[in-house]
Amino acid sequence: MIQKGKRRTTRVLVTKIGLDGHDRGSRIVATYLRDAGMEVIYTAPWQTIAAVVKLALEEDVDVIGVSSLATDHLLLPRLVAALREAGLAHVRVVVGGIVPPGEERALLAAGVSRVFHPGSSRDEIVIGVAALADEARGDALAEERA
Amino acid sequence: MKDVDVTGLAAERAEHWEREFGEDRDASARTIRNRSGIEVKPLYAPARPGPDYLESLGWPGQPPMTRGIYATMHRGRTWSQRQLIGLGTPEEHNVRLRKLLDAGANAVSLIPCNSVYRGLDVDEVEPELLGTCGVTVNTVEDMDTCLGGVDLSQVSTAMNDPSPFTLLALLLVVAERRGVPWERVSGTSNQSDYISHFVANHMFFRLALPGARRVLLDHVAFCRERLPRWNPVSVVGQHMQQAGATPAEAMGLTLSTAIQYAVDCRERGLPLDAVLPRFTFFFDVSVSFFEEVAKFRAGRRIWQRVVRERLGVEDPRAWRFKFHAQTSGVDLTRQQPLVNVARATVQAMAGIFGGLQSLHVDAYDEVLSVPTEKAARIAVATQNVLREEAHLTDVIDPLGGSYYVETLTDQMEAEIEKVMARIDAAGGMYRAAEAGIVQDMIGQSALAYQERIDSGAERIVGVNAWKADEDEEAMEGLARPDRTRILEQVDRLRRHKRERANGATAAALDSLARAANDPRANVFEAVVGAARAEATHGEICGLLRRELGAGQPLVVP
Repeated sequence: MIQKGKRRTTRVLVTKIGLDGHDRGSRIVATYLRDAGMEVIYTAPWQTIAAVVKLALEEDVDVIGVSSLATDHLLLPRLVAALREAGLAHVRVVVGGIVPPGEERALLAAGVSRVFHPGSSRDEIVIGVAALADEARGDALAEERA
Repeated sequence: MKDVDVTGLAAERAEHWEREFGEDRDASARTIRNRSGIEVKPLYAPARPGPDYLESLGWPGQPPMTRGIYATMHRGRTWSQRQLIGLGTPEEHNVRLRKLLDAGANAVSLIPCNSVYRGLDVDEVEPELLGTCGVTVNTVEDMDTCLGGVDLSQVSTAMNDPSPFTLLALLLVVAERRGVPWERVSGTSNQSDYISHFVANHMFFRLALPGARRVLLDHVAFCRERLPRWNPVSVVGQHMQQAGATPAEAMGLTLSTAIQYAVDCRERGLPLDAVLPRFTFFFDVSVSFFEEVAKFRAGRRIWQRVVRERLGVEDPRAWRFKFHAQTSGVDLTRQQPLVNVARATVQAMAGIFGGLQSLHVDAYDEVLSVPTEKAARIAVATQNVLREEAHLTDVIDPLGGSYYVETLTDQMEAEIEKVMARIDAAGGMYRAAEAGIVQDMIGQSALAYQERIDSGAERIVGVNAWKADEDEEAMEGLARPDRTRILEQVDRLRRHKRERANGATAAALDSLARAANDPRANVFEAVVGAARAEATHGEICGLLRRELGAGQPLVVP
């Protein structure tokens, strides 16, 4: 495993959890991030929380990007909790898709770092994910030193 | 055309159309005048049709079908206002359905919960995901509740449900219990197109490709014998366009898929002149108005040619390109959501001028969740306005003959045929999908379109142009299903599994497993048997996933 904090390339897991299978958004975002020089791990839809946590650990990712067209984002509090349990509290979770305002507030309160809505631009997504990855690496380094 | 008597032929065809039109008294008995008192005729055509007109346009209901598949088109019968409904528990669903029928919808289309799409029962998934995007229907009782008060011999009830078509099986058992003969049950197996699920919408993809292929043919064979008013095949272009295919690509891929199913039916020994008239199509209609009109006109022309020439089917009923259209959700924006009413209106008009038979208009808030009741009523009202106030149905193919529309129709036809040739070269749609060629094509187009939006080449009101601050105004009041009622339904399902005659259920599921492993048996018939013996949706799907292989999405990066 690459030592945390010293790696320079941002690693992002782009995935879909739950039941839905619409992947237009996740495919485009994966391409955006890859084109921006990030290492993207991309999965098929329908991942379980456990599978996402395992992959995040194995692939040493900084950010998990979850695409949600239906209501699968309602599972994100479970994902955040499972990451903390697995010692991956530094990994940032972002969601892109159709998230109503009330649910966005609830997700942010539960520890999701950011919600990208339909209409978000390429720059907004790339810059936002890069900044969160920096934060994640900073936290990982601090954890290691502590 | 050079050697024929063009004038004589044109007169003959025009006369044929007039006769057919006249036979429909509903269409021909009415004289329509506009507000200025001018009589509005049902059809406008050149006074002296030339060879080009005969070859490329013709008369409605006649080859090449460019102007419509029936002699009367919307002047005789307007489209079915088939609103999709899928909401919470069966009880909540039924309340919404009755309200929409009262508001003017005359056909219904049931959307199940995502858990149902995935072939699971309500006790198999996280409760927060239940009933948020469709109705949680797992048992015959659930289906009976959903359709309470609906006369199954009168109202056409489409089921959005792929292989193994359990929801239709549940519906048939409900019909039996209510004493409605199966011959009177009408509707469509929407989402029967497993290839479109595999390439563009994995959620509906329950069985692996070979199993899905086989069960679809069993379903077609069963419907042919037992359900004369049911359309077993709906070829879906909608998913592919929503996933990013251009309108021309979506049409080409859909026609290639239809050819694949027709060839599969023929190989199975199903006569095409019997099954093709029951093929229907389901398309997305985007806000790109003229492009969409031309897409439908070109698709209609290609399909009749394919069926007549390539598939060699003589029965004119098989040449008809019957389609349902849904206004595109991808075009809707979260920003300034009420503007979506304007978008949906333009989309609906494109579908109407394109000659659709059935229409669903998206609600303006569908970009954020399952529509609220108010938004759903506006979507129905939009159709009422277009028909009754704007009189869009008075004239058949009103854009026909426009230099622009006819040129664009020809150009779209050429683009569509290029896509079809590519699929043919790959060995047909099944193989092209298996190899990921289709997914790659769709992904590239999605990306190219997104890049046009990002660069500002494509302007979208509220997103990258004409931005405003009052974005959120219409978006409050979105409701998620009542958690208590959902949990009650989970309990009810568990009770059902305990209290039913479990010996009979097990025996029926056993027969289903045997049918799955016997190539001569009809799997769908066994699914109906299992439904009658009170097996649940999830049990039937689970068993067939084990016996025929589970569908897994192909990841094409």
